[in-house]
Amino acid sequence: MSYLSIHNLSARLKGRPDQILRRVSLEVAAGEVRGLVGESGAGKSMIGKAILGTLPHAVEITSGQILLDGTDLLALPPAQRRALVGSKCALIPQDPLTALNPSRRIGPQITNRLVDILRWSRADAEKRARELLAEVQIPDPERVMRSYPHELSGGMRQRILIASAFAAEPKLIIADEPTTALDVTVQKQILKLIAAMQARHGTALLFVTHDLGVVSKVCQSLSVLYAGIVLEDSTIPDFFHAPKHPYSRALLAATPKYTDPDGSLTPVPDAVIAATRAEVAAADRSAHV
Amino acid sequence: MQFFQSVLLRLSTTFVTLLGVAVIVFFVIRVVPGNPIAMMLPPGATESDVTRLTALYGLDKSIPEQFLIWISGVIQGDFGTSITTKQPVLQLVLNRLPATLELSVMALIIAIILGGLMALTGTRLRGTKTEAAIDVTNGMALSVPDFLWGLILILTFGVLLPIFHISGRVTPSLQLPFTTNFYLTEAVLRLRFDLWLDIAAHMFMPALALAIPLAAIIGQLLKQSLKETMHLDYVTLARTKGYSETHVILHEALPNAILPTLTLVGVQFTFLIGGTVIIERLFSYEGLGNMAIDAVINRDLPLIQGIVILFAVIFTGFNLLVDLTYAALNPRLRHA
Repeated sequence: MSYLSIHNLSARLKGRPDQILRRVSLEVAAGEVRGLVGESGAGKSMIGKAILGTLPHAVEITSGQILLDGTDLLALPPAQRRALVGSKCALIPQDPLTALNPSRRIGPQITNRLVDILRWSRADAEKRARELLAEVQIPDPERVMRSYPHELSGGMRQRILIASAFAAEPKLIIADEPTTALDVTVQKQILKLIAAMQARHGTALLFVTHDLGVVSKVCQSLSVLYAGIVLEDSTIPDFFHAPKHPYSRALLAATPKYTDPDGSLTPVPDAVIAATRAEVAAADRSAHV
Repeated sequence: MQFFQSVLLRLSTTFVTLLGVAVIVFFVIRVVPGNPIAMMLPPGATESDVTRLTALYGLDKSIPEQFLIWISGVIQGDFGTSITTKQPVLQLVLNRLPATLELSVMALIIAIILGGLMALTGTRLRGTKTEAAIDVTNGMALSVPDFLWGLILILTFGVLLPIFHISGRVTPSLQLPFTTNFYLTEAVLRLRFDLWLDIAAHMFMPALALAIPLAAIIGQLLKQSLKETMHLDYVTLARTKGYSETHVILHEALPNAILPTLTLVGVQFTFLIGGTVIIERLFSYEGLGNMAIDAVINRDLPLIQGIVILFAVIFTGFNLLVDLTYAALNPRLRHA
């Protein structure tokens, strides 16, 4: 039984026919790390937002289910849904520079969920925050908890956000391109850190990224998304040895090689894009019948 | 340390500003037509009477000379004597100042409450008809000037539904045990809530008239910056933690969104104090503004100077206060 299973989730811009998600189905087992890859605009972040309940107002879900441990989130009243998601899920956001509240100290930003939502005592929550900050290798957690975000570097802030995501021992973490906004040198450390934290805590992880290299290092399985459709759902070894969908094959071929940094970039061929688009259109037609 | 330096710097620039104001007001009111001596003397006064009185008030000297005499007095705390009432200007002005301050602060509080409520409600219910209604109300509140709101209020709550008093500061028949002129404040401190109620009922309408346009400005700006803040990542992150929309607005967005509004309130509050001149006249409220109009009509030069200087002190002092509050609320400035 998967911890998260999404069935036939469709979403669109309110009052517009254009679909953002087209009957997306996705499973994440307990403790599994699943990559969610696709180009910009494919809808990968929208899936994360749909799970966490932070979709923009202009987007509406038209059909489907999001089952979290068997409970359909979309069928819950808003307050209940918030409480459930807040205690079972967490987000590692994309940009650490904007994801911390500039006017509050770090400590309360880690402990607030524990104290306000999960009713921990302040002392327990602070102790937990100190432990987690040490776990994400932040020197002098005590001082950092008293700091304001602008006093810390981007890498430090991303570590803090990772610590904060693990604070309540969630069952599922959604990492929304957690390394995209970081320096290349820091990216690798953060990636390692997320993988290590995930392994230690046994948390299921939905890793949203456009970087197949990252997926190959961190994930066990992946879903390839194009124009709101899941084109391929494979384990990592299967995908990298024998991608099923032509678009996946082209995507894989387009990944820059670290072994050949000066080699020219291969774009996804137009014919593949056209064929994939046709497939999306066919899916739309069959959905309307 | 750096903080104190910047405060000192601000204080010294404030001093220069005040000196500039003193120079301008002194020269302007002597250049514009109107002679205070002519206003004081009864018809049929002789030429020698005029000369004698002019010399008595020092108005026969050259304007720069008069300025030097006046400004050296001001530095020692002597603002001269009112021509019409023959009382020291400083005493007259300080007697009236509490009334105007209480009125302005009351207006500011009303404006912040009304504007804040409009902004928060509009943000909470964004995209709904309520938000549209708030925007329309805001536009109306903004496009009607304060004195017209004063008239509308007098008609509605003074004449049609006589709930509030339309003139004065307090019912004249009441015995006031106060030692200062901060009636409203002192009534609270002396636990005389009966008097407080009477004073507040007098003050409410002029304060509301002053507050409505300011409330609209506050509401509009705060809602705008709240809306922008609500899209930021840390607000989204707070939502994923399980916080309600209301909590997210109040605890995550508001503390950051309020900063630009605060600067604006500082600037607008000084306009509000300027607005008291007309509003106090309209409601026969015994404050500085009302006194200023009388002083201008009577060409009471020392009194006009005193009032303008005092207004300038309030303006600059309040702006300084806003800057300090801003620094206190924004950790990035505090540590810089």
